[in-house]
Amino acid sequence: MLVQQYYQSERFVPDKEMDACGLFGVMHTGGVRFGGQMAIDAIKNMKVRGSGLGGGFAIYGLYPKYKDYYALHIIYQDKNMAAKKTVEAFLKKNFYVVFDEEIPTNPDIRLFAPPLAWRYFVSPQKSSAEENVPDDEYVISKVMHLNSHIDDAYVFSSGKDVGVFKGVGFPEEIADYFMLDELYEGYIWTVHSRFPTNTPGWWGGAHPLSILDWTVVHNGEISSYGANRRFLEMHNYYCTLHTDTEVLAYAVDLLMRRQGLPIEVVAKIFAPPMWEVIRHMDDSDKELYTALRMTYAPLLMNGPFTVIVAHHKEMIGLTDRIRLRPITAGAKGDLVFLSSEEAAIRAVCPDLELAWTPPGGEPVVVRLHTRDHLQSLNKSI
Amino acid sequence: MNGFNVKFGYRDNFLDDLQPVDVLYETRVSIDGCQATIDAHGLKHKELNDLLRETVQRGSTELVINNVFGQRYIGTRLYLPSKDKKLHIEVNRYPGNDLGAFLNGHRIIVQGNAQDGVGNTMDDGQIIVHGRAGDVTAMSMRGGQIFIRDNVGYRTAIHMKEYRDKAPVLVVGGTAQDFLGEYMSGGMVLLLGLNLQEDEPHRASYIGTGMHGGVIYLRGCVAEHQLGKEVGVRPLNDQDIVVVDRYVREYCRHFGGSPDEILKGRFQKLIPVSLRPYGQIYAY
Repeated sequence: MLVQQYYQSERFVPDKEMDACGLFGVMHTGGVRFGGQMAIDAIKNMKVRGSGLGGGFAIYGLYPKYKDYYALHIIYQDKNMAAKKTVEAFLKKNFYVVFDEEIPTNPDIRLFAPPLAWRYFVSPQKSSAEENVPDDEYVISKVMHLNSHIDDAYVFSSGKDVGVFKGVGFPEEIADYFMLDELYEGYIWTVHSRFPTNTPGWWGGAHPLSILDWTVVHNGEISSYGANRRFLEMHNYYCTLHTDTEVLAYAVDLLMRRQGLPIEVVAKIFAPPMWEVIRHMDDSDKELYTALRMTYAPLLMNGPFTVIVAHHKEMIGLTDRIRLRPITAGAKGDLVFLSSEEAAIRAVCPDLELAWTPPGGEPVVVRLHTRDHLQSLNKSI
Repeated sequence: MNGFNVKFGYRDNFLDDLQPVDVLYETRVSIDGCQATIDAHGLKHKELNDLLRETVQRGSTELVINNVFGQRYIGTRLYLPSKDKKLHIEVNRYPGNDLGAFLNGHRIIVQGNAQDGVGNTMDDGQIIVHGRAGDVTAMSMRGGQIFIRDNVGYRTAIHMKEYRDKAPVLVVGGTAQDFLGEYMSGGMVLLLGLNLQEDEPHRASYIGTGMHGGVIYLRGCVAEHQLGKEVGVRPLNDQDIVVVDRYVREYCRHFGGSPDEILKGRFQKLIPVSLRPYGQIYAY
């Protein structure tokens, strides 16, 4: 067990917030699944960055037995059984539910107002009118419907072979509550501490934010939230979780899955070079970056941010273009780390081989079965 | 809400459940003459800094801190009234943010990489990092010297300042990321670029943006567009050469290397061209 002694959990609503966010991600580029110990220990090492008002984990390669089915993690706020009934009627109508169960939790861990958390493994059951809708689009539209139309029910994650576990508490408490270290293995773990920006700590607002198999953990504040959100609404993404990071999850889904752009380009949409920098580029780059800035101006993420975005086969670290939030990457053999602080990586991997910090707006892309993460090394310090 | 056991008020997560400093002193410190070896494994930053203060008050002047993993503010809160009593602090290996914040004349040696905010508002003393340092190194530094063997991150020497006999010095062996010397108003930065190829420009852009005092000596190349609008490039005069020579030699004393080889490189001096770049913003 991670926590030797259990204290009755107390929640503070502070007069003044003294902390920042802590982010950590670890991936095995060989695709080998491992337990949560490193992610949990690393985020514990950065406890000073958290507040106890939010924490969460995303795990990839989580449900090998059900990897062909969409795994819906749904929470029912205030354990609202009426909401559960409504959701299940909706699921029954729109999906084939192959298996469902309550997500097991440790009753000894007392958290702040825990909701009922349930998981459903489903495949689409399309009506004839929706026959031609691709599966992913179909699932997104149903998730959006659940989040925006059914009170007290929120879909935490909806991808295949991936799951998000999050809530109000320190991340190690969340890990203990969901018994992550005992029950699960994955080849990517990302984790976040503190609570969602500009939002009272609540279970739905905690990071990671996700859609399908895309998850985002974020340190900072997206001050362009309003502009981003309006743009995403035009593409049928509806923000219901009351926090800025949500737009990032939907934006990566829109750009990378639907529009098929590579992350290297998406990074330059979220964190575009300054016009001043573009002016000094050669003609072909100048044309590309000008086109990106003009086409995707509403998806420029303004304000300070460091994010770790993950989906199947990839984990990406990215900061804003003038790096107002920290990030450090590290590698040892097939393990690649992304973290708010280098010491947290060192704490869980004392014989680390490489540690580097990319410049603002330059992504560190960790891909399965490649050494692509080293591409950012030459530009880094 | 109090059904949920919610409290309102001030809270610092790191002031809860601290081990008493006496217990820590008994269990974590071993004394050998004036040297104290401290095991920092798993300590919260307040526990470690309390322990350092306690150890110093009990007479140790050389501190070796082992198993450091991210504890913040190491070296702060060690003000000693006696001016000549200076501590020698060795940190193994990975100190957290704000290492040596408000440092009061002591010497800190780090055997490993440092994180963000090294020497934040440092007053006097020396910090020597056998590795790299993160963002905002030497932020608001007002005295003393910092030597970083490798690279530094964003906003190095932001708001560095000087006053009468206090003139801070930062020497960086590698290169720096953007906004080096931002809003700098005093002191000296020496950037050696030892890990760059010949003709490879430094990484930083926006060097000296808003700078209105102090000086940056830069070895190697930098393109015009990498400089902020408030900075002018000058050749070194005789006085500058003496200063650069002195600190290159001191850098090599800490980290090795040949000072004569390094001094053969091309040096430039960056100074602010306007004393009050924003004088017109609020009053006209």
